[in-house]
Parts: sequence; C-alpha cells; structure tokens
Amino acid sequence: MNAIEIRGLTKNYGKTCAVSSLSLSVKDGELFSLLGVNGAGKSTTIKMLSCLAKPTSGDALLLGKSIVAEENEVKKLIAVSPQESAVAPNLTVRENLVLMAGAHGFSKEKIKEKTEALITSFGLSEICAKKAKTLSGGWKRRLSIAMALICEPKILFLDEPTLGLDVLARAELWDMIRSLKGKITVILTTHYMEEAEALSDNIAIMKSGKLIALGNADELKKQAGTDKFEDAFIALVKEAKI
Amino acid sequence: MKTFTFSVRTAKEILRDPLTLSFGLGFPLVLIFLLSAIQANIPVSLFEIQNLTPGIIVFGLSFVTLFSATLISKDRTSAFLQRLYTTPMKAHDFILGYILPLVPISIMQSVICFVAAFFLKLPISANILLCLALIIPISLFYISLGLLCGTLLSDKQVGGICGALITNLSAWLSGTWFDLSLVGGAFKKIAYALPFVHAVEMEKAALTADFSGFWEDFLYVAVYTALMLSISVFVFTKKMKNN
Repeated sequence: MNAIEIRGLTKNYGKTCAVSSLSLSVKDGELFSLLGVNGAGKSTTIKMLSCLAKPTSGDALLLGKSIVAEENEVKKLIAVSPQESAVAPNLTVRENLVLMAGAHGFSKEKIKEKTEALITSFGLSEICAKKAKTLSGGWKRRLSIAMALICEPKILFLDEPTLGLDVLARAELWDMIRSLKGKITVILTTHYMEEAEALSDNIAIMKSGKLIALGNADELKKQAGTDKFEDAFIALVKEAKI
Repeated sequence: MKTFTFSVRTAKEILRDPLTLSFGLGFPLVLIFLLSAIQANIPVSLFEIQNLTPGIIVFGLSFVTLFSATLISKDRTSAFLQRLYTTPMKAHDFILGYILPLVPISIMQSVICFVAAFFLKLPISANILLCLALIIPISLFYISLGLLCGTLLSDKQVGGICGALITNLSAWLSGTWFDLSLVGGAFKKIAYALPFVHAVEMEKAALTADFSGFWEDFLYVAVYTALMLSISVFVFTKKMKNN
C-alpha cells in the first residue's frame, strides 16, 4: 500500500517554477529520501505535502487524503520536524512536549501519558527539566523529533535532521531514525549523501523542481555507473537535462 | 484547550526572559523615580506624581509591543510557527494565544508602577481600579501593534522599529515628557490625531476622577484599538494562509 501518491504536483512562485509536475509514490512504512542541490525543490515539495503551501496544480494523496481538498484530515496524519530545530527556547524539554500534545488537542491525561512515554523512549529523562535553549544541537534535534512524534503521526517529514551535528550526535540520530523504519513512513531531506544511502529504502533526486532519478541507492549507483553513491548523485545531477 | 496551551507557552516565554522583564518593568520604574527626583528639586507640574504615573504606565505598555513582536517574529524565523501550522491549530488559536496572556501581564506591569507611585505619595484610591480596567483597551492596542510588527518584520527589524521607534514615538507624542502645547503646531495636531496622548489623558481622568474630556479620549483609544486589532488579525491570518 502506498502512503503517499504524488500526482503532477506543481508550485510556481510568480514566474519561478519551484516544483514542476512531480509524480511519485512512497510505500507505507518506507524511509524515503529527497535529494537535490539547493533550489532543487525539496523543501517546497515537503511544504506542499505538509499543507504549508498550496500547490499551483496537481495533488497528493496522503493515506488516501488529498492535500488540496482534505487539509484538516491530512494534518491529523502528519508531523514535521523542520530544518531549524523549532523548539520553544524558554520552555523546558517536558513543557515543549506538553505544548505539542496540547496543540493536537489531546486531553490532560493523554498529554501526560504521551509526554512521559516520549521522555522515556527518547532518553530525555535527565534533561527534561532543562530549558530548550540550553540544550546542545544534538539534544535539540532529538527533542524536535520527539515533538513531531507526540501525535503518533502516520507520516513524518524530517527536513535536514542532522544538519550541523557532530559525528557522534549524527550517529545517535541515525539510530533513532532507523528505529522508526517500518513503523511510520518517513520522508527525509538531506544534503549528506552517506546519510541518504545508510538510511533510505528509496531515494528521489530532484533538480530545478523536477524529478530526475528514482530508486534505491544501489539502483542509482548502477544507473550512474559509479561505485560511490556521492559520485552517482553528482553524475546524475550533472547529466540531467532540464 | 489548544488556545489555552498556546497562551501558557506565550506567558512562560515572556516571563522567563530576563532581558524582556528588566526592560518592561525596570525601565518604567527607573523613570518614575528619576522624574520624581527631578520634580522634587525643580517642581514641574507635568512631573507631579498624579500626572506622571499615567504617562509612565502608558509608556511602559509600549514595551509590551516589543515583547509581543519579538516573540512572534522569532517564532516565525525559527520555523516554530511553521511546525505548529502543521498541527490542527487554527488561526484563532494562535491569535488569542499571543494576545490573551499579554493582557494580565500589562495589568501587572501597571500595578507595579502604581505601587512604586504609592511610595512617591500618590494617594491610594478606588479610582486606581478604574485606571487598571482602562489598561485593557490600551494594552490591546499595543499588543495588536506587536502582533502586526511580529507578523511582518524580522526579529532584527522588530528591535529597531518596536524597541526604538515605537517606544520613542509613544513617549514623545503622549505628552508625558513635555507639554505638547509647548511645541504646538503640526506636532500637537499629529499627537492629538494619534492614540498615545488620549490614552494618557484617559488614565489621568480616571485617576483624578475628572471626567470632563474622558469620553473623547476613550473614543480615540477604542477606535484605534479596534482598527489595530482588525488589521493585525487580518494580516496574521492572511500571512498564515499564504505561508
């Protein structure tokens, strides 16, 4: 079963076309990466899929719900962890989780239950009374993903989740992202090729708003005729005629 | 529940920021004591405590614009609002969540200024309760202005426009620091066409129970508040939809 069906999705900002007739599908429980150089249209695609931007034309069905006609239904299925950690700086870790649960309209009992469960499962117990602004980059990212997961989304959008993190923090976050595979559908955007290769079931490469390649890491390497995934990405982007 | 949760967050963000608090509370208090000290040495009727207190209170509320605009602008630029836009929260949850907690904070700020004024021999009277009630429409004007600025400006621009321009305009055009008649002309006309001086006059009228020009001042404040609230709600909602 497909979690996401994108059909001719297009977004124009004035005369600039950010995403052009994008069509692809993502299987349920899959970890799917969107790759591309800056300005390729990855973030705009994520914005449209998460109902933050209206498509100029086309549509996408998220578990059968249209991002154009059923925005409120789609919002109940998704969560986003933006590129910036996007936490409330003067709230504690626990208060940030409570805020997100409250934003989804959960009852007091459910808010408490979900907050405690996430504090335990994300190993946040030791820092749960610390203000978010005092956390390291790695902990902020971990909190950001926990905040996104509090509503038990069916589809999670992770926009550059390991940007600016050190090697150790990145490895820890990779483990956390891997643990989500199979449980929920994850759409990941990243500039780190090794990250996409290590984590993804399937990868889409975009250039100038268009899809130029689609497949798993091995298929894309074969398509480009290279041994390394980074070389494959460079070759595919350079060769693509838009 | 969503509005309440977001309101609690707004209040905590503002009350836990030491810089915001020291500016919002500390600066008006320093001014009230400083100008009273000047008045004690060189008596000026404008700086008598019953005239000075309403002016300082209204001036203090201009910092609420800064609190509100800074918070909203940072929420926008840090993608925190973007994250919340993907939740089932509606525009009214955000707007009320930003506005409502700042009303009691404004009243608390005014109470602290009145307590300071009591130490400077402002008579304690029931009129002060009316003054505090009238803080509500005045604070709504300043909070709405913050909502508008926070929606449209970056946090750096907010620092310049709300932190410097609006606080200074609010002070100069309110008749608190100098009698507007001393400048006269276009300056006085502009000042009386804006709500700041009317807010101060309204508070003075309530404090001294002299209601001769009260309703005209009240009308100015009410109309400006309704206008600013409508514009800021419209702009916030439009920007949210156009995200």
